[in-house]
Amino acid sequence: MDSILFIIAAVAAIGCGLNLVLQKHPISSALSLIGVMSSLALLYLLLGAEFIAMAQMIVYGGAVMVLFIFVIMLLNAGTEKRSDKSLFAQIAGFPLLAVLVVLLAFLIRETQFPSKVSDVKFGSWVGGTAEAIGMRLFSQFLLPFEVVSVLILIAILGAVVLARKEID
Amino acid sequence: MTFFLIITLVKIAIVFAVFMTTLAYLQWVERKVLAHIQSRTGPLRVGPHGLLQPLADVFKLLTKEDLMPPHASKFFYLLAPFVAVSLALVSISIMPFGPKVPVPGGSTFMEIADLNVGILFILAVGAISVYGIALAGWSSNNKYSLMGGLRSSAQMISYELPFTLVIVSPLLLANHLSFRGIVESQAGYYFNAIPRWSIFQMPFPQILGFVIFMIAGFAETNRIPFDLPEAENELVAGFHTEYSSMKFACFFMAEYANMVTISCVATLLFLGGWHPLFPAPYSDWVPTGVFVLAALLLFAQTVKIGRKWDHITFPIFGFAALGLALLFAIPFLQTYLVPIFWFAAKAGFILFVYIWIRGTLPRFRYDQLMHFAWTFLFPCALVNLLLTALMVALFPDQK
Repeated sequence: MDSILFIIAAVAAIGCGLNLVLQKHPISSALSLIGVMSSLALLYLLLGAEFIAMAQMIVYGGAVMVLFIFVIMLLNAGTEKRSDKSLFAQIAGFPLLAVLVVLLAFLIRETQFPSKVSDVKFGSWVGGTAEAIGMRLFSQFLLPFEVVSVLILIAILGAVVLARKEID
Repeated sequence: MTFFLIITLVKIAIVFAVFMTTLAYLQWVERKVLAHIQSRTGPLRVGPHGLLQPLADVFKLLTKEDLMPPHASKFFYLLAPFVAVSLALVSISIMPFGPKVPVPGGSTFMEIADLNVGILFILAVGAISVYGIALAGWSSNNKYSLMGGLRSSAQMISYELPFTLVIVSPLLLANHLSFRGIVESQAGYYFNAIPRWSIFQMPFPQILGFVIFMIAGFAETNRIPFDLPEAENELVAGFHTEYSSMKFACFFMAEYANMVTISCVATLLFLGGWHPLFPAPYSDWVPTGVFVLAALLLFAQTVKIGRKWDHITFPIFGFAALGLALLFAIPFLQTYLVPIFWFAAKAGFILFVYIWIRGTLPRFRYDQLMHFAWTFLFPCALVNLLLTALMVALFPDQK
């Protein structure tokens, strides 16, 4: 059951990812990206990270992608015009892809996985609750958390400054 | 396992049937209440007092011609109503309507599922459901639809901020993310009289929070006074201008389902869910009293000279109310029905406020709407959150 769910989510993620690149229309691509985000959320959920799964849906699936779609709709972007394939892509494309695949296969083969690997099973790990993540964030990872919050504050200020400049 | 499966299927069937009936009749209630606010009678021809109007509307919508605009992008045009309605209907599955109750073969909670991250699930579904409207507006290939879609996405993103911030405050009081935990933290009474719901709960009552939640909720569901995405005098019908027949009905149903969801969430977060207004010994008999009162009122109306059929319909409704009162008086059924009565009463009151405001307030202008969200509602929600956090930190034992 859990493996079936995993396979469904994984296939959906890969399919949506491929569709994202292959589609010509920006809206189709953006929707495929939402599909990728949602399948990732499902994978997180299968691993027991329920808080991260929901945050993924709210932040990436919702807020970020709505902005993408909003901009695409506002500009009313038409179908993408494919340029001719560049000479570099024609010559080096497939060899580079082969190298990448071989490299990845080699790395996966050589990685020392822990000997005690179990199947994907929903509920086998329950450390992903909001409470557990909050405890970690405010004790073990307090410094990075605060640094990130300052970074976000700077980003917000930057956005305000940019927006103000345009009005004046 | 079998017990779990059967009981869940039964619960899904009950919730689905009740939810669908509520959606159909909510529209009848809205037309009736609006009509009486505006000194009209509302639907009156189909069945007694127009009670069969929802059925007639369903048949009307099913038999209408299903139009397909020639230059719409077909896939997204068909996808949009599906996204809108399915996401709007899914939220009801995690609402708890009552406490743990005994059933044949064990005991169960009065809800379909209890998520550890229930409130985040609601936010996630709300965040995704913008796409239904945005896609509908864009794919119709119509300038009014596009304007409606754009307005709704901008409005929903803007109001999601105060909405999310204000949800955090009752969570601080409850110290829980699942709806069941939130409601259970609101049990009990101060001085044996004032319920410990979030809007009354010490150390910081969430009255301001509740008001902000309701305002943001109105904007999230695109209702008057924030129904800019479908403003008739500017945009024909906004994002669903090009939709007809059942596809239009999908958007219509989604709007009402979202209203019900917001009312349920407000009930659970701020109004104590299924907890009664009065301490337990009296509250079990309140439903019976209410229905007996309703029956007496109906019988009193019968005596007056009214419309042609009133001397027949009013007694029938009166006897129906008496029957309900009897049902609520049976001690065995009280365990199940009384929590649902209180939940439905609170959610129903909020739904009534929705309709009441629709009959009272005019529509905002678009710039007013945005200005209001960012320069007034957002700071208010932030101040409410900071004060709540401060009070909870200062008086942790008051909770």
